[in-house]
Amino acid sequence: MELLEQFARGDSEAFEALFRQYQGEVYGWIVRMVRDPGAAEDLTVETFWRIYRARSRFDPRRSFGPWARRVATNLALEHLSTRRGETRLAEDCPPPCLRCLPPDPALAADLREKVVAAFGRLPVKLRAAATLAMVEETPYADIAEALGISIGTVKSRVFRAVRLLRRNLQRAGVEP
Amino acid sequence: MNEFDERVPELLKRAIGPVADAELKRDLWPRMLERLDSPAHRLPWWDWVLAAAILLCFILFPAAIPAVLYQF
Repeated sequence: MELLEQFARGDSEAFEALFRQYQGEVYGWIVRMVRDPGAAEDLTVETFWRIYRARSRFDPRRSFGPWARRVATNLALEHLSTRRGETRLAEDCPPPCLRCLPPDPALAADLREKVVAAFGRLPVKLRAAATLAMVEETPYADIAEALGISIGTVKSRVFRAVRLLRRNLQRAGVEP
Repeated sequence: MNEFDERVPELLKRAIGPVADAELKRDLWPRMLERLDSPAHRLPWWDWVLAAAILLCFILFPAAIPAVLYQF
């Protein structure tokens, strides 16, 4: 509480302490959304830059973490909207992701490309909710808090994302 | 959701794959310091071009100044 009060008053040491305490958490959240470590680092710095600029409006009685995550989410959504359609494939991830691959590599590569392309055509808000909920298996409550919406709205966005993705896949000739 | 819909999330998860390592590899504080030291609002070059064009217009046509000021 004292640290947050100092931060709100503009104390740069308090800001540094908060940065060091939360940078990993903010980065982890962003990288799950944008799926690009380099961009996630940039966006983490930008998140804290916005937080620093808004410090006078911060209420020290509130928690810092959820606020930081909310700012980070907005920035990640902005980033995704400028990089529309780009989604990292499973092979871009470190080896544990490879366990997810289907047995036939040739077919799988083609199918993956189609799924990623179809997913990339979804609206950013739907894509973000679907990535966090279905790929990262983040609890709906956490997604709702970060996006500043209700749990019901998160569920609705995930449902719409699935429906649209199914339609896009059918147009691409994929019948799951 | 029906059976077909349940296949779609599964397919998506297989295609994209969860981020296996979301851990930050280095301290970003030095970059934060650079960001804090950079100017908060740097005007893009076209803003300077526009300002120069307006200034030139005022120099060439001084009679336009009162008309412009009237708008404010």
